[in-house]
Amino acid sequence: MKKILIFLCVLSILSNLKAQEYFPTNSEIKSTSHHYTAFTNAKIYVTPTLIINNGTLLIKDGRVIGAAADVKLPKNTTIINLNGKFIYPSFIDLYSDFGIKKPSSDGFSPFRSPQYDSTRDGYYWNDHVLPEKNAFDDFEYQSKDAKVLIESGFGVVLSNQKNAIARGSAVLVALNEFDNNHQRVISKKASQNFGFTRAAGSKQSYPSSLMGMIALMRQMFYDASWYKTHKNMNDITLEALIANEMLPKIFDANSKFNDLRASSLAKEFNFNFIIKGGGDEYERIDAIKNTNSRYILPLNFPDAFDVSNPINAAKITLSEMLRWNQAPGNPATLAKNNLLFSFTFDGLKDAKTFRANLLKAIEYGLDKTKALEALTTAPATFIGQQTQIGSLNNGSWANFLITSGDIFDKNTVLYENWTQGNANVVNDKNIIPINGNYTLTLDNTNYSLSLSGDKADTPSAVLKQDTTKIDAKLVYKNGWISLNFKPLKQANFNRISAMVTTDGIQKGIATLYNGEASTASFIKLNNTENKSDNKKEEKDVALNILPLSFPNMAFGFTEKPVQQSILVKNVTLWTNEKDGILKNTDVLLKNGKIAKIGKNLSDTNALVIDGAGKHLTNGIIDEHSHIALESVNEGGHNSSAEARMQDVVNPEDISLYRTLAGGVTTSQLLHGSANPIGAQSAIIKLKWGSLPEEVIIKNQPKFIKFALGENVKQSNWGNSENVRFPQTRMGVEQVYMDYFTRAKEYDDLKKKGIPVRKDLELETLVEIINSQRFITCHSYVQTEINMLMKVAEKFNFRVNTFTHILEGYKVADKMKAHGVGASTFADWWAFKYEVNDAIPYNASIMNSLGITVAINSDDAEMSRRLNQEASKSMKYGNMSEEDAWKLVTLNPAKLLHLDNQLGSFKIGKDADVVLWSANPLSIYAHAEKVIIDGIIYFDYDKDKQMVKADEKRRNTLINMMLDAKNNGDKTRIPFKKDKIYFTCETVSDYNSNNN
Amino acid sequence: MKLYLIKSIFAVVILFSLSVFSQQTPADKQSQSILIIGATAHIGNGTVINNSAIGFDKGKINFVGDAASVNKTNYNTVIDGTGKDLYPGFIAPNSSLGLAEIDAVRATLDFEERGELNPNVRSLIAFNTESKVIESMRPNGVLMAQIAPRGGLISGSSSIVQFDAWNWEDAVLKVDDGIHINWPATDRRSFRGPDAGKIMPNKDYKTDIKQLDDFLNNAYAYSQLKAEEKNLKYEAVIGLFDGSKKLFINADNAQQISESVAFALNHHIQKMVIIGGEEAYKVTSLLKQNNVPVLLKRLHSLPNNEDEDVDLPYRLPKILTDAGLLVGLQAAGGGMERMNTRNLPFYAGTAIAYGLTYEQGVALITLNNAKILGMNDRIGSLELGKDATLFVSVGDALDMKTNQVEQAFIQGRNISLDSHQKALYNRYMKKYHGK
Repeated sequence: MKKILIFLCVLSILSNLKAQEYFPTNSEIKSTSHHYTAFTNAKIYVTPTLIINNGTLLIKDGRVIGAAADVKLPKNTTIINLNGKFIYPSFIDLYSDFGIKKPSSDGFSPFRSPQYDSTRDGYYWNDHVLPEKNAFDDFEYQSKDAKVLIESGFGVVLSNQKNAIARGSAVLVALNEFDNNHQRVISKKASQNFGFTRAAGSKQSYPSSLMGMIALMRQMFYDASWYKTHKNMNDITLEALIANEMLPKIFDANSKFNDLRASSLAKEFNFNFIIKGGGDEYERIDAIKNTNSRYILPLNFPDAFDVSNPINAAKITLSEMLRWNQAPGNPATLAKNNLLFSFTFDGLKDAKTFRANLLKAIEYGLDKTKALEALTTAPATFIGQQTQIGSLNNGSWANFLITSGDIFDKNTVLYENWTQGNANVVNDKNIIPINGNYTLTLDNTNYSLSLSGDKADTPSAVLKQDTTKIDAKLVYKNGWISLNFKPLKQANFNRISAMVTTDGIQKGIATLYNGEASTASFIKLNNTENKSDNKKEEKDVALNILPLSFPNMAFGFTEKPVQQSILVKNVTLWTNEKDGILKNTDVLLKNGKIAKIGKNLSDTNALVIDGAGKHLTNGIIDEHSHIALESVNEGGHNSSAEARMQDVVNPEDISLYRTLAGGVTTSQLLHGSANPIGAQSAIIKLKWGSLPEEVIIKNQPKFIKFALGENVKQSNWGNSENVRFPQTRMGVEQVYMDYFTRAKEYDDLKKKGIPVRKDLELETLVEIINSQRFITCHSYVQTEINMLMKVAEKFNFRVNTFTHILEGYKVADKMKAHGVGASTFADWWAFKYEVNDAIPYNASIMNSLGITVAINSDDAEMSRRLNQEASKSMKYGNMSEEDAWKLVTLNPAKLLHLDNQLGSFKIGKDADVVLWSANPLSIYAHAEKVIIDGIIYFDYDKDKQMVKADEKRRNTLINMMLDAKNNGDKTRIPFKKDKIYFTCETVSDYNSNNN
Repeated sequence: MKLYLIKSIFAVVILFSLSVFSQQTPADKQSQSILIIGATAHIGNGTVINNSAIGFDKGKINFVGDAASVNKTNYNTVIDGTGKDLYPGFIAPNSSLGLAEIDAVRATLDFEERGELNPNVRSLIAFNTESKVIESMRPNGVLMAQIAPRGGLISGSSSIVQFDAWNWEDAVLKVDDGIHINWPATDRRSFRGPDAGKIMPNKDYKTDIKQLDDFLNNAYAYSQLKAEEKNLKYEAVIGLFDGSKKLFINADNAQQISESVAFALNHHIQKMVIIGGEEAYKVTSLLKQNNVPVLLKRLHSLPNNEDEDVDLPYRLPKILTDAGLLVGLQAAGGGMERMNTRNLPFYAGTAIAYGLTYEQGVALITLNNAKILGMNDRIGSLELGKDATLFVSVGDALDMKTNQVEQAFIQGRNISLDSHQKALYNRYMKKYHGK
């Protein structure tokens, strides 16, 4: 059915004039009217929990005067009898960009030089931070967009742009077609909005990554609080941020982990965001619950995939299919966990889908009262507007819906959506139903006419002459029916128009097939209405919601693995200690630590693993990794010391599981090499199935990534990338000299007790100078390696680690003297000019001088074969077996300052161990069990079982999707996930909307 | 016995002294007959001789057998291989070695011509025998390769070469052995619109295939009755119709592989090979039925899909071998394909770790690859009459832990195992340790 929106102009004129009392009138005389309107005999939901059966709603001048069982009606009241219909407060959407012009695209061109500096004068230094923007200033009512929202049941939206990191204030506006902004704007500034997206239309490079966005936001809030007390200049942006600081803050996070990121950001500044979620909160509901935030939830549940072609079906990941199956349960899950939330129309296009998904959420277990709250009182309360909107309490705006029945009933029709006392007709509530069986008499012939269907205004007609069915077209419009049909044996039509009154179909005016005028009569028969029998019967399929797994994807644990005592018997043990390699040894792991090493050990409570013929080692430590991250490079500045990789850890990356399967238990997640000073590193344990905060090692030593050479001077980025300093190795040195000099001055001021503006970047650099944070520096050729050591020595600290360091062998003596370690590739070379002299003997040469050497991956594929990469040093340079093994265990532990807890078999160190099928340095070995903190996170046999179980899960879901398609559900084309495996060199813009 | 030992030490000394040259000088022609005795000889055809004797003269193998059965006096030089392993030279098919030097330096890149249909473009004439990357192959046992161009729908013609040569004419074992096709992608990354960031069905898939169809239809018609006007592109593929050239089709997923096979059948192609074959395991019966061998992409790869088992790529050789297919390994199919080609032996080792027997694993990169390239009459195994292209390793050459190539021969020539990299190693070890 085409929905028709009719605007009742009579009522609109009344309020229109009210809003503009002081406006002169020139087109006619002034005609104001302030009478009452009452809606009687209605079931009224004043609030989701205050319900009046058979009550009256009285409104005047766009506001509720009273809603009760018995309301005294003044004389000047127009009464509308609703005859048992339902009244609800209309819905509120807190995350809309209604009436806000979409910013033009950023016009990105790969051939244009990037823009590193801000273009604005008088504002903050970053063009993606726009708190001074007021949506009200740009707001323009859009009737077409309003129509869709009104049909969906919305009466008020909180509107703002959906781009930029700080988005300015949002305008709260009623979807009131009949008045102008004087009336419809309920609050000019109702919230202050933020999000993890760059401002569309702003080309400034920084921030290009999620960690850059977080860092920028933190700095911005720190600057605002500094500005309050130390205003020695004018900054329009910070002033706006401060002026609006009491407004509710809405954060467009858009995914479960971004929800957590937004929440911890807020906690740093002692406030809380209202978080616009991603719809996947149910996957990590415990953590979401701990945010104590209020949520705005989307209802854009994913469509099923068209899996009718098995080849295409194979492309879809289990995680995508699970999402389809489980996401409609998201609101119910939040409700069950007592989280407060509202709903948004964001991500939807039409009223039909909004309603269908709303009902789906209820079908998936969302309580109806909670659902109604999420649409009315909850959003109103979130933004402190509960006296104005969201209920039909006295004094509220008269924003309400008139429906045929329970709003969450599938067959309920939304008749009217009133905003500020004006009616928007969605479906005509006054249509007289005409369904039934009739005898039509025309030209002395009797026909039987049967009218049926769900919608009163579009009955479907079946016409029979004798028993023969005749094609007939019947239209019911504006109180008249028109019916055309060809009687049997005739080539031309009989044509009838007949008026419909409350008495039924009246005698009609007819023209016969032969052109003669005639009269038609409709006699309604008393037999019961025919249920339409040609309508497809809807199957009531029992809901089959698959259980969650951790993570909720392939290889996810249905039950999280637990810590236990483990006794490995008769194993070949690589101690990495003086004992070397011990044969036929027992090892007991207890409370997540290495508890005992010896012969004939026993522990009655321990899980006993037969290690005969097998090898037990420490878990591999990858000193240089980019797995399990949302972003890798913040190349928008030549220094991004303020950014933190720990902010963007994503432990649900399949690379984490695959790397774990390769025997790796710890990885240092580094920033890329897009700039000389990168971001702060995060060291994680590969605890598959855990949360970001659980994989990040607690109280870890502080590290930062630096980089040298071709990447930081952007040699291979294309010819347009020549505007950022430095473009040569000479410039790289000056970047360091400049930053460290400034950091030192900053630190000196602080030490003298002089108040300084908190500068996150300089604070980080100060830590380096004070040897509280260690540098891991991406490096290739000898000149630059030497240079950085000299810079460090000038500032009296030491470089901790050179990573890649492919020409380290050329300056190994200098490195040894400086005291720096090395983390290198086994045999990579020739991929760019600066690695032309890279040799696979590098590790061996540096090792021969006593430098602490590690082999790292920088690559999601190699990270699962680091044992083999270590073993290459035996081929290239004849390194001993024990030394080779330390390259990926004890030595990286030392480089990470974690050798007190990792890297060797010493009583009390972490029980991060791997059981190998053979000598771990051999190509023939694979990890059979990978244990972290005494918990078995990878088990080779269990992996095979999980593959089988996942195939089953896939099959179940594919069958459900086939059923869904056959039931007429919308489907989409299967696609393959675009998995980008990060390396140092990956540069791409982060956008939380593309998750 | 002592005599033999002295000789091998002498050989090592000679090799060492060569290290001052940055470029390795091709070795002299084999002038004296050589016998390697006592080594464990991995023949390449799936068999092994434990205490072996392998003799060769004038570049060809003239004795294969047990150490006890050989007459040592027939040979000028006898090398003691006791406790060592002897292998046929490893073959890297579908390689772009010698066509590029440094990935990020465009001026050094010669593997991809512009245009979609370039069968006439020949890799051989650009093959740089003096590439520093190539000399780093030999110390790992990789002694031969098929050099194939990249890019477009029809990339061009490959040739088969060995790695001890002054120039490409010296290097070539077989000129223009095959035509290489990239089967169109069924899916492509979407950059714009609502599907940005997803890999969606390729809208041009059919038109891409039609280009190939049209080209081969025309080429076949041309081959039947040559027009007066020569067409170099059609000329280049005529060999496909009479079986003198092989068609190598890069195809990874089941749909691409199935359609590639049908395509070859439709176009009178006599011999075809699937390169890549990630999902060949899904269509083994089709491949078996049509005798289509598979050159698997680099085994040290990630699974293709987040749901796939972590070690599926490693297990593919076993799965396909068990299905009765002829399987070979290549080093291409990932980043840094040229530099990584020296790791080809370890891909074979991985296939053993995940199911194949040791000698099956050796065969993957020796006789199987030779068969797939149609060169098994000359190379690929230690068999009588074949090229004496082989090497001695002091340990298992398929394991990086023990791969220590001590001596290698190409067509009987005792080749240098030095490299730019070894020279740097020696230079700096001398600087730091005086030796």
